[in-house]
Amino acid sequence: MIKVCDLKKRFGSHQVLDGVSFQIERGESVAIIGRSGGGKSVLLKHLIGLLTPDSGQVVIDDEEITRMSERKLIDVRRKFGMVFQSAALFDSLNVEENVGFALRQRGQVSEKEIAQKVAEALDMVELSGTQNKKPSELSGGMRKRVGLARAIVYRPEIVLYDEPTTGLDPVVSDSIDQLMLRVCARMQVTSVVVTHDMRTARRVGQRVLLLHEGKIYFSGTAEEIFKSVDPVVYRFVNGISETKHEA
Amino acid sequence: MRSFFQKWFADALQTLGTITLFFWETVSSIFRGKISFQHLLYQVYFIGVKSQSVVVVTGAFTGMVLAAQTYFQFHKVKMDTATLAVVSVSMSSELGPVLTALMVVGRVGAAMTAELGTMRVTEQIDALRTLATHPIEYLVVPRLLGTLIALPLLTGEAIVVGISAGYLVGVYLLGIDPTYSWANMIRYSHAQDIVNGITKAAIFGGILATLCCYKGMTCGEGAEGVGKATTEAVVNSSISILITNFFLTLLLTRLLYP
Repeated sequence: MIKVCDLKKRFGSHQVLDGVSFQIERGESVAIIGRSGGGKSVLLKHLIGLLTPDSGQVVIDDEEITRMSERKLIDVRRKFGMVFQSAALFDSLNVEENVGFALRQRGQVSEKEIAQKVAEALDMVELSGTQNKKPSELSGGMRKRVGLARAIVYRPEIVLYDEPTTGLDPVVSDSIDQLMLRVCARMQVTSVVVTHDMRTARRVGQRVLLLHEGKIYFSGTAEEIFKSVDPVVYRFVNGISETKHEA
Repeated sequence: MRSFFQKWFADALQTLGTITLFFWETVSSIFRGKISFQHLLYQVYFIGVKSQSVVVVTGAFTGMVLAAQTYFQFHKVKMDTATLAVVSVSMSSELGPVLTALMVVGRVGAAMTAELGTMRVTEQIDALRTLATHPIEYLVVPRLLGTLIALPLLTGEAIVVGISAGYLVGVYLLGIDPTYSWANMIRYSHAQDIVNGITKAAIFGGILATLCCYKGMTCGEGAEGVGKATTEAVVNSSISILITNFFLTLLLTRLLYP
Protein backbone atom coordinates (compact mmCIF):
# COMPACT_ATOMS: atom_id res chain seq x y z
CA MET A 1 0.00 0.00 0.00
CA ILE A 2 1.21 3.50 -0.87
CA LYS A 3 0.10 6.37 1.35
CA VAL A 4 1.02 10.00 0.70
CA CYS A 5 0.22 12.60 3.37
CA ASP A 6 0.37 16.37 2.87
CA LEU A 7 3.45 16.21 0.65
CA LYS A 8 5.10 19.56 -0.08
CA LYS A 9 8.06 20.29 -2.34
CA ARG A 10 9.45 23.61 -3.51
CA PHE A 11 12.17 24.24 -6.12
CA GLY A 12 13.46 27.78 -5.59
CA SER A 13 10.41 30.04 -5.51
CA HIS A 14 8.18 27.50 -7.31
CA GLN A 15 5.91 25.45 -5.03
CA VAL A 16 5.62 22.25 -7.10
CA LEU A 17 3.72 20.10 -4.60
CA ASP A 18 1.52 21.95 -2.12
CA GLY A 19 0.00 19.38 0.19
CA VAL A 20 -0.59 16.27 -1.92
CA SER A 21 -2.44 13.42 -0.17
CA PHE A 22 -3.76 10.12 -1.56
CA GLN A 23 -3.66 6.40 -0.98
CA ILE A 24 -3.15 3.53 -3.43
CA GLU A 25 -4.20 0.02 -2.46
CA ARG A 26 -2.26 -3.14 -3.32
CA GLY A 27 -3.00 -4.34 -6.86
CA GLU A 28 -4.65 -1.08 -7.86
CA SER A 29 -3.82 0.67 -11.13
CA VAL A 30 -3.76 4.46 -10.82
CA ALA A 31 -3.09 7.13 -13.43
CA ILE A 32 -1.85 10.53 -12.28
CA ILE A 33 -2.63 13.20 -14.86
CA GLY A 34 -1.88 16.89 -14.95
CA ARG A 35 -0.36 19.62 -17.06
CA SER A 36 3.27 19.49 -18.23
CA GLY A 37 5.53 20.90 -15.54
CA GLY A 38 2.79 20.42 -12.95
CA GLY A 39 4.83 18.16 -10.69
CA LYS A 40 3.66 14.68 -11.74
CA SER A 41 7.16 13.26 -12.22
CA VAL A 42 8.31 14.99 -9.02
CA LEU A 43 5.47 13.28 -7.17
CA LEU A 44 6.37 9.91 -8.69
CA LYS A 45 10.02 10.30 -7.69
CA HIS A 46 8.93 10.94 -4.09
CA LEU A 47 7.12 7.58 -4.04
CA ILE A 48 10.39 5.70 -4.55
CA GLY A 49 12.57 8.03 -2.48
CA LEU A 50 14.48 9.62 -5.37
CA LEU A 51 13.49 13.03 -4.00
CA THR A 52 13.09 14.16 -0.40
CA PRO A 53 10.05 16.36 0.35
CA ASP A 54 10.19 19.63 2.28
CA SER A 55 7.41 18.26 4.48
CA GLY A 56 4.84 15.48 4.49
CA GLN A 57 5.08 11.72 4.44
CA VAL A 58 5.31 8.82 2.01
CA VAL A 59 4.44 5.47 3.57
CA ILE A 60 5.13 2.21 1.71
CA ASP A 61 3.63 -0.86 3.39
CA ASP A 62 3.63 0.84 6.82
CA GLU A 63 7.24 2.11 6.42
CA GLU A 64 7.75 5.87 6.36
CA ILE A 65 10.44 6.43 3.71
CA THR A 66 10.90 10.19 3.53
CA ARG A 67 13.61 10.36 6.19
CA MET A 68 15.30 7.06 5.38
CA SER A 69 18.99 6.95 4.45
CA GLU A 70 20.01 5.89 0.92
CA ARG A 71 21.22 2.55 2.26
CA LYS A 72 17.95 1.77 4.08
CA LEU A 73 15.97 2.80 1.01
CA ILE A 74 17.62 0.01 -0.98
CA ASP A 75 15.44 -2.58 0.76
CA VAL A 76 12.25 -0.56 0.14
CA ARG A 77 13.18 -0.06 -3.54
CA ARG A 78 13.38 -3.82 -4.08
CA LYS A 79 9.56 -3.69 -4.07
CA PHE A 80 9.56 -1.20 -6.96
CA GLY A 81 10.19 -1.20 -10.66
CA MET A 82 10.32 2.12 -12.49
CA VAL A 83 10.02 2.97 -16.18
CA PHE A 84 11.56 6.36 -16.97
CA GLN A 85 10.32 8.93 -19.45
CA SER A 86 13.68 8.76 -21.25
CA ALA A 87 13.96 4.97 -20.63
CA ALA A 88 17.30 5.72 -18.81
CA LEU A 89 18.96 2.58 -20.14
CA PHE A 90 22.63 2.16 -19.21
CA ASP A 91 24.25 3.08 -22.51
CA SER A 92 27.48 1.20 -21.81
CA LEU A 93 25.59 -2.10 -21.39
CA ASN A 94 23.68 -4.13 -23.98
CA VAL A 95 20.00 -5.03 -23.70
CA GLU A 96 20.67 -8.32 -21.90
CA GLU A 97 22.93 -6.65 -19.34
CA ASN A 98 20.44 -3.81 -18.85
CA VAL A 99 17.50 -6.13 -18.24
CA GLY A 100 19.48 -8.54 -16.06
CA PHE A 101 21.19 -5.73 -14.10
CA ALA A 102 19.08 -5.94 -10.92
CA LEU A 103 19.28 -9.75 -10.82
CA ARG A 104 23.08 -9.66 -11.13
CA GLN A 105 23.36 -6.97 -8.46
CA ARG A 106 21.30 -9.03 -6.03
CA GLY A 107 23.60 -11.96 -6.74
CA GLN A 108 21.25 -14.74 -5.68
CA VAL A 109 20.54 -16.10 -9.16
CA SER A 110 22.79 -18.13 -11.46
CA GLU A 111 23.80 -16.81 -14.89
CA LYS A 112 21.65 -19.48 -16.53
CA GLU A 113 18.57 -18.38 -14.58
CA ILE A 114 19.32 -14.73 -15.32
CA ALA A 115 19.51 -15.46 -19.06
CA GLN A 116 16.18 -17.31 -18.82
CA LYS A 117 14.44 -14.55 -16.85
CA VAL A 118 15.79 -11.88 -19.21
CA ALA A 119 14.53 -13.85 -22.21
CA GLU A 120 11.08 -14.17 -20.56
CA ALA A 121 10.94 -10.43 -19.78
CA LEU A 122 12.00 -9.52 -23.32
CA ASP A 123 9.41 -11.93 -24.68
CA MET A 124 6.73 -10.23 -22.60
CA VAL A 125 7.63 -6.86 -24.16
CA GLU A 126 7.90 -8.47 -27.63
CA LEU A 127 11.62 -7.86 -28.03
CA SER A 128 12.94 -11.43 -28.13
CA GLY A 129 16.35 -11.77 -29.76
CA THR A 130 17.54 -8.22 -29.02
CA GLN A 131 19.78 -9.29 -26.12
CA ASN A 132 23.04 -8.25 -27.81
CA LYS A 133 21.90 -4.88 -29.12
CA LYS A 134 23.16 -1.64 -27.56
CA PRO A 135 20.59 0.99 -26.44
CA SER A 136 21.88 3.31 -29.21
CA GLU A 137 20.71 0.76 -31.82
CA LEU A 138 17.11 0.83 -30.55
CA SER A 139 14.20 3.09 -31.51
CA GLY A 140 12.38 5.22 -28.89
CA GLY A 141 9.57 2.69 -28.51
CA MET A 142 11.99 -0.23 -28.22
CA ARG A 143 13.98 1.61 -25.56
CA LYS A 144 10.82 2.16 -23.51
CA ARG A 145 9.96 -1.52 -23.81
CA VAL A 146 13.46 -2.56 -22.72
CA GLY A 147 13.04 -0.12 -19.79
CA LEU A 148 9.79 -1.90 -18.93
CA ALA A 149 11.44 -5.33 -19.20
CA ARG A 150 14.22 -4.10 -16.86
CA ALA A 151 11.62 -2.88 -14.36
CA ILE A 152 9.61 -6.13 -14.25
CA VAL A 153 12.26 -8.84 -14.62
CA TYR A 154 12.66 -9.26 -10.85
CA ARG A 155 8.88 -9.34 -10.25
CA PRO A 156 8.37 -6.11 -8.24
CA GLU A 157 5.19 -5.48 -6.26
CA ILE A 158 4.78 -1.92 -7.54
CA VAL A 159 5.60 -0.55 -11.01
CA LEU A 160 5.93 3.21 -11.57
CA TYR A 161 5.63 4.56 -15.11
CA ASP A 162 6.87 8.09 -15.81
CA GLU A 163 5.24 9.38 -19.01
CA PRO A 164 5.50 5.98 -20.75
CA THR A 165 4.02 7.12 -24.07
CA THR A 166 5.45 10.63 -24.38
CA GLY A 167 7.21 11.23 -27.67
CA LEU A 168 5.89 8.07 -29.32
CA ASP A 169 3.58 7.82 -32.32
CA PRO A 170 -0.04 6.66 -31.66
CA VAL A 171 0.60 3.09 -32.83
CA VAL A 172 3.67 2.62 -30.59
CA SER A 173 1.82 4.39 -27.74
CA ASP A 174 -0.98 1.86 -28.15
CA SER A 175 1.48 -1.04 -27.95
CA ILE A 176 2.97 0.42 -24.73
CA ASP A 177 -0.56 0.77 -23.25
CA GLN A 178 -1.26 -2.86 -24.12
CA LEU A 179 2.02 -3.90 -22.49
CA MET A 180 1.20 -2.05 -19.27
CA LEU A 181 -2.20 -3.75 -19.14
CA ARG A 182 -0.59 -7.13 -19.80
CA VAL A 183 2.01 -6.62 -17.03
CA CYS A 184 -0.73 -5.53 -14.64
CA ALA A 185 -2.90 -8.55 -15.44
CA ARG A 186 -0.17 -11.20 -15.51
CA MET A 187 1.91 -10.06 -12.55
CA GLN A 188 -0.87 -8.59 -10.37
CA VAL A 189 1.30 -5.56 -9.59
CA THR A 190 0.28 -2.16 -8.25
CA SER A 191 0.72 0.31 -11.12
CA VAL A 192 1.16 4.08 -10.90
CA VAL A 193 1.21 5.77 -14.31
CA VAL A 194 2.09 9.43 -14.66
CA THR A 195 0.88 10.75 -17.99
CA HIS A 196 -0.74 13.64 -19.79
CA ASP A 197 -1.95 11.31 -22.53
CA MET A 198 -5.69 11.00 -21.82
CA ARG A 199 -6.00 7.81 -23.87
CA THR A 200 -3.35 6.09 -21.75
CA ALA A 201 -4.97 7.36 -18.54
CA ARG A 202 -8.39 6.08 -19.64
CA ARG A 203 -7.09 2.63 -20.60
CA VAL A 204 -4.65 1.95 -17.79
CA GLY A 205 -6.06 3.81 -14.81
CA GLN A 206 -8.72 2.06 -12.73
CA ARG A 207 -8.60 5.31 -10.81
CA VAL A 208 -7.42 8.68 -12.11
CA LEU A 209 -5.91 11.47 -9.99
CA LEU A 210 -5.70 14.99 -11.43
CA LEU A 211 -2.77 17.01 -10.07
CA HIS A 212 -3.57 20.71 -10.34
CA GLU A 213 -1.65 23.61 -8.78
CA GLY A 214 0.31 21.27 -6.51
CA LYS A 215 -2.72 19.45 -5.10
CA ILE A 216 -4.84 16.43 -6.02
CA TYR A 217 -7.78 18.29 -7.53
CA PHE A 218 -9.85 15.30 -8.59
CA SER A 219 -9.89 11.59 -7.80
CA GLY A 220 -12.23 9.16 -9.45
CA THR A 221 -12.65 6.47 -12.07
CA ALA A 222 -11.73 7.14 -15.68
CA GLU A 223 -15.42 7.37 -16.61
CA GLU A 224 -16.11 9.89 -13.82
CA ILE A 225 -13.28 12.17 -14.90
CA PHE A 226 -14.37 12.08 -18.54
CA LYS A 227 -17.95 12.93 -17.59
CA SER A 228 -16.99 15.66 -15.11
CA VAL A 229 -18.35 19.15 -15.73
CA ASP A 230 -15.93 20.81 -13.32
CA PRO A 231 -14.31 23.55 -15.44
CA VAL A 232 -10.68 22.63 -14.51
CA VAL A 233 -11.23 18.92 -15.14
CA TYR A 234 -13.25 19.53 -18.29
CA ARG A 235 -10.64 21.86 -19.77
CA PHE A 236 -7.82 19.41 -19.07
CA VAL A 237 -9.62 16.31 -20.32
CA ASN A 238 -10.74 18.01 -23.51
CA GLY A 239 -7.49 19.88 -24.07
CA ILE A 240 -8.89 23.41 -23.88
CA SER A 241 -6.34 26.08 -23.00
CA GLU A 242 -7.14 29.05 -20.77
CA THR A 243 -5.76 31.49 -23.34
CA LYS A 244 -8.48 33.60 -24.94
CA HIS A 245 -8.08 33.59 -28.68
CA GLU A 246 -8.87 36.75 -30.58
CA ALA A 247 -11.42 36.28 -33.28
CA MET B 1 30.01 43.72 0.50
CA ARG B 2 30.12 42.04 3.90
CA SER B 3 27.05 39.95 3.14
CA PHE B 4 28.68 38.90 -0.15
CA PHE B 5 31.71 37.52 1.70
CA GLN B 6 29.50 35.94 4.35
CA LYS B 7 27.52 34.16 1.64
CA TRP B 8 30.72 33.12 -0.20
CA PHE B 9 32.19 31.77 3.04
CA ALA B 10 28.98 29.93 3.96
CA ASP B 11 28.75 28.40 0.45
CA ALA B 12 32.41 27.33 0.57
CA LEU B 13 31.92 25.72 3.98
CA GLN B 14 28.76 23.97 2.80
CA THR B 15 30.54 22.58 -0.28
CA LEU B 16 33.45 21.36 1.85
CA GLY B 17 30.99 19.68 4.20
CA THR B 18 29.16 18.00 1.32
CA ILE B 19 32.43 16.72 -0.19
CA THR B 20 33.49 15.39 3.23
CA LEU B 21 30.17 13.53 3.61
CA PHE B 22 30.54 12.19 0.05
CA PHE B 23 34.05 10.95 0.85
CA TRP B 24 32.85 9.41 4.11
CA GLU B 25 29.98 7.63 2.32
CA THR B 26 32.49 6.31 -0.24
CA VAL B 27 34.89 5.04 2.41
CA SER B 28 32.09 3.40 4.41
CA SER B 29 30.81 1.80 1.17
CA ILE B 30 34.23 0.18 0.69
CA PHE B 31 33.81 -1.63 4.00
CA ARG B 32 30.04 -2.16 4.01
CA GLY B 33 29.26 -2.94 0.40
CA LYS B 34 30.49 -5.60 -1.98
CA ILE B 35 33.22 -4.48 -4.36
CA SER B 36 32.95 -5.71 -7.93
CA PHE B 37 36.40 -7.09 -8.80
CA GLN B 38 35.56 -6.86 -12.50
CA HIS B 39 34.76 -3.13 -12.27
CA LEU B 40 37.83 -2.47 -10.15
CA LEU B 41 40.06 -4.28 -12.67
CA TYR B 42 38.57 -2.24 -15.51
CA GLN B 43 39.23 1.02 -13.64
CA VAL B 44 42.85 0.02 -12.92
CA TYR B 45 43.21 -0.75 -16.65
CA PHE B 46 41.52 2.51 -17.73
CA ILE B 47 43.35 4.73 -15.23
CA GLY B 48 46.67 2.92 -15.12
CA VAL B 49 47.40 1.07 -18.36
CA LYS B 50 45.76 3.61 -20.68
CA SER B 51 47.57 6.56 -19.02
CA GLN B 52 51.04 5.11 -19.45
CA SER B 53 51.97 6.84 -22.69
CA VAL B 54 51.06 10.27 -21.30
CA VAL B 55 52.89 9.62 -18.03
CA VAL B 56 56.02 8.19 -19.72
CA VAL B 57 56.33 11.18 -22.07
CA THR B 58 55.74 13.63 -19.19
CA GLY B 59 58.26 11.86 -16.93
CA ALA B 60 60.92 11.56 -19.65
CA PHE B 61 60.83 15.17 -20.80
CA THR B 62 60.61 16.52 -17.25
CA GLY B 63 63.69 14.48 -16.27
CA MET B 64 65.52 15.61 -19.40
CA VAL B 65 64.81 19.33 -19.01
CA LEU B 66 65.55 19.16 -15.29
CA ALA B 67 68.93 17.52 -15.97
CA ALA B 68 69.78 20.07 -18.65
CA GLN B 69 68.78 23.13 -16.62
CA THR B 70 70.45 21.88 -13.44
CA TYR B 71 73.64 21.13 -15.39
CA PHE B 72 73.66 24.63 -16.95
CA GLN B 73 73.50 26.24 -13.47
CA PHE B 74 75.78 23.77 -11.64
CA HIS B 75 78.40 23.92 -14.39
CA LYS B 76 79.03 27.57 -13.44
CA VAL B 77 80.19 26.48 -9.97
CA LYS B 78 81.86 23.24 -11.11
CA MET B 79 79.25 20.97 -9.56
CA ASP B 80 78.37 19.06 -12.75
CA THR B 81 78.34 15.66 -11.07
CA ALA B 82 75.65 16.73 -8.58
CA THR B 83 73.17 17.16 -11.47
CA LEU B 84 71.71 13.66 -11.30
CA ALA B 85 71.33 13.85 -7.52
CA VAL B 86 69.06 16.88 -7.96
CA VAL B 87 67.14 15.14 -10.75
CA SER B 88 66.70 12.00 -8.66
CA VAL B 89 65.50 13.72 -5.48
CA SER B 90 63.21 16.16 -7.36
CA MET B 91 61.66 13.46 -9.53
CA SER B 92 61.14 11.07 -6.62
CA SER B 93 59.59 13.36 -4.06
CA GLU B 94 58.09 16.30 -5.99
CA LEU B 95 57.89 16.33 -9.77
CA GLY B 96 57.08 12.64 -10.25
CA PRO B 97 53.95 12.53 -8.06
CA VAL B 98 52.72 16.07 -8.87
CA LEU B 99 53.10 15.93 -12.65
CA THR B 100 51.73 12.39 -12.87
CA ALA B 101 48.69 13.40 -10.82
CA LEU B 102 48.12 16.51 -12.95
CA MET B 103 48.32 14.46 -16.17
CA VAL B 104 45.92 11.85 -14.76
CA VAL B 105 43.49 14.62 -13.70
CA GLY B 106 43.44 15.86 -17.29
CA ARG B 107 43.07 12.44 -18.88
CA VAL B 108 41.09 10.40 -16.36
CA GLY B 109 39.51 12.91 -13.94
CA ALA B 110 37.80 14.79 -16.76
CA ALA B 111 36.50 11.50 -18.20
CA MET B 112 35.17 10.43 -14.77
CA THR B 113 33.26 13.67 -14.28
CA ALA B 114 31.89 13.72 -17.83
CA GLU B 115 30.80 10.06 -17.65
CA LEU B 116 29.09 10.34 -14.26
CA GLY B 117 27.63 13.74 -15.18
CA THR B 118 26.11 12.35 -18.37
CA MET B 119 24.69 9.43 -16.39
CA ARG B 120 23.14 11.91 -13.98
CA VAL B 121 21.50 14.16 -16.59
CA THR B 122 20.14 11.16 -18.53
CA GLU B 123 18.60 9.74 -15.31
CA GLN B 124 20.84 6.66 -15.40
CA ILE B 125 21.94 7.29 -11.79
CA ASP B 126 18.27 7.52 -10.74
CA ALA B 127 17.68 4.27 -12.64
CA LEU B 128 20.50 2.63 -10.66
CA ARG B 129 18.84 3.75 -7.43
CA THR B 130 15.44 2.39 -8.50
CA LEU B 131 17.15 -0.95 -9.19
CA ALA B 132 18.14 -1.07 -5.50
CA THR B 133 21.80 -0.28 -6.23
CA HIS B 134 23.76 2.24 -4.18
CA PRO B 135 25.25 4.61 -6.80
CA ILE B 136 28.32 5.42 -4.72
CA GLU B 137 29.00 1.74 -4.16
CA TYR B 138 28.57 0.88 -7.83
CA LEU B 139 30.11 3.95 -9.52
CA VAL B 140 32.44 5.77 -7.12
CA VAL B 141 34.09 2.99 -5.09
CA PRO B 142 35.72 1.22 -8.10
CA ARG B 143 36.97 4.58 -9.44
CA LEU B 144 38.44 5.63 -6.09
CA LEU B 145 40.13 2.27 -5.47
CA GLY B 146 41.30 2.10 -9.09
CA THR B 147 42.94 5.52 -8.77
CA LEU B 148 44.48 4.62 -5.39
CA ILE B 149 46.08 1.55 -6.99
CA ALA B 150 47.03 3.01 -10.38
CA LEU B 151 48.40 6.44 -9.46
CA PRO B 152 51.27 5.24 -7.19
CA LEU B 153 52.26 2.71 -9.90
CA LEU B 154 52.18 5.40 -12.59
CA THR B 155 54.19 7.70 -10.34
CA GLY B 156 56.82 4.99 -9.83
CA GLU B 157 57.01 4.60 -13.59
CA ALA B 158 57.34 8.38 -14.12
CA ILE B 159 60.14 8.54 -11.53
CA VAL B 160 62.12 5.70 -13.14
CA VAL B 161 61.65 7.09 -16.66
CA GLY B 162 62.44 10.66 -15.57
CA ILE B 163 65.69 9.72 -13.81
CA SER B 164 66.73 7.46 -16.69
CA ALA B 165 66.03 10.16 -19.25
CA GLY B 166 67.93 12.69 -17.10
CA TYR B 167 70.87 10.28 -16.90
CA LEU B 168 70.94 9.82 -20.68
CA VAL B 169 70.83 13.57 -21.31
CA GLY B 170 73.40 14.36 -18.59
CA VAL B 171 75.91 11.66 -19.50
CA TYR B 172 75.57 11.25 -23.27
CA LEU B 173 74.48 14.74 -24.35
CA LEU B 174 76.06 17.07 -21.80
CA GLY B 175 79.11 14.93 -21.05
CA ILE B 176 78.86 14.63 -17.25
CA ASP B 177 81.13 11.98 -15.74
CA PRO B 178 78.91 8.91 -15.27
CA THR B 179 80.77 7.35 -12.33
CA TYR B 180 80.76 10.43 -10.07
CA SER B 181 77.20 11.30 -11.16
CA TRP B 182 75.98 7.85 -10.22
CA ALA B 183 77.88 7.91 -6.91
CA ASN B 184 76.45 11.34 -6.00
CA MET B 185 72.95 10.29 -6.99
CA ILE B 186 73.12 7.25 -4.70
CA ARG B 187 74.69 9.33 -1.91
CA TYR B 188 72.03 12.07 -1.84
CA SER B 189 68.94 10.06 -2.77
CA HIS B 190 67.22 8.10 -0.03
CA ALA B 191 64.55 5.45 0.05
CA GLN B 192 62.50 7.98 2.00
CA ASP B 193 62.27 10.20 -1.11
CA ILE B 194 60.58 7.37 -3.00
CA VAL B 195 58.30 6.58 -0.04
CA ASN B 196 57.30 10.27 0.15
CA GLY B 197 56.59 10.35 -3.58
CA ILE B 198 54.46 7.21 -3.54
CA THR B 199 52.60 8.36 -0.39
CA LYS B 200 51.86 11.68 -2.08
CA ALA B 201 50.65 9.85 -5.20
CA ALA B 202 48.16 7.80 -3.17
CA ILE B 203 46.84 10.95 -1.45
CA PHE B 204 46.60 12.82 -4.77
CA GLY B 205 44.73 9.83 -6.19
CA GLY B 206 42.21 10.05 -3.37
CA ILE B 207 41.76 13.78 -3.91
CA LEU B 208 41.31 13.61 -7.66
CA ALA B 209 38.95 10.62 -7.64
CA THR B 210 36.81 12.11 -4.86
CA LEU B 211 36.55 15.59 -6.40
CA CYS B 212 35.99 14.38 -9.97
CA CYS B 213 33.36 11.80 -8.96
CA TYR B 214 31.66 14.34 -6.66
CA LYS B 215 31.45 16.91 -9.46
CA GLY B 216 30.02 14.29 -11.83
CA MET B 217 27.44 13.01 -9.35
CA THR B 218 26.24 16.53 -8.49
CA CYS B 219 26.50 18.26 -11.88
CA GLY B 220 23.83 20.64 -13.19
CA GLU B 221 21.28 19.88 -15.86
CA GLY B 222 22.01 19.45 -19.55
CA ALA B 223 25.16 19.55 -21.66
CA GLU B 224 26.11 22.89 -20.10
CA GLY B 225 25.96 21.37 -16.61
CA VAL B 226 28.21 18.47 -17.61
CA GLY B 227 30.71 20.82 -19.30
CA LYS B 228 30.82 23.17 -16.33
CA ALA B 229 31.23 20.28 -13.86
CA THR B 230 34.09 18.81 -15.92
CA THR B 231 35.94 22.14 -16.05
CA GLU B 232 35.45 22.70 -12.32
CA ALA B 233 36.58 19.15 -11.51
CA VAL B 234 39.84 19.52 -13.44
CA VAL B 235 40.60 23.01 -12.08
CA ASN B 236 39.68 22.22 -8.46
CA SER B 237 41.56 18.89 -8.48
CA SER B 238 44.69 20.46 -9.98
CA ILE B 239 44.72 23.33 -7.51
CA SER B 240 44.01 21.00 -4.58
CA ILE B 241 46.90 18.74 -5.62
CA LEU B 242 49.34 21.66 -5.85
CA ILE B 243 48.29 23.10 -2.48
CA THR B 244 48.26 19.70 -0.78
CA ASN B 245 51.73 18.96 -2.16
CA PHE B 246 53.22 21.90 -0.29
CA PHE B 247 51.75 20.84 3.04
CA LEU B 248 52.61 17.18 2.42
CA THR B 249 56.23 18.12 1.73
CA LEU B 250 56.38 19.97 5.05
CA LEU B 251 54.59 17.16 6.87
CA LEU B 252 56.56 14.27 5.42
CA THR B 253 60.04 15.81 5.42
CA ARG B 254 59.93 18.01 8.53
CA LEU B 255 57.49 16.40 10.93
CA LEU B 256 57.31 12.67 10.22
CA TYR B 257 60.87 12.05 8.99
CA PRO B 258 63.01 15.02 10.13
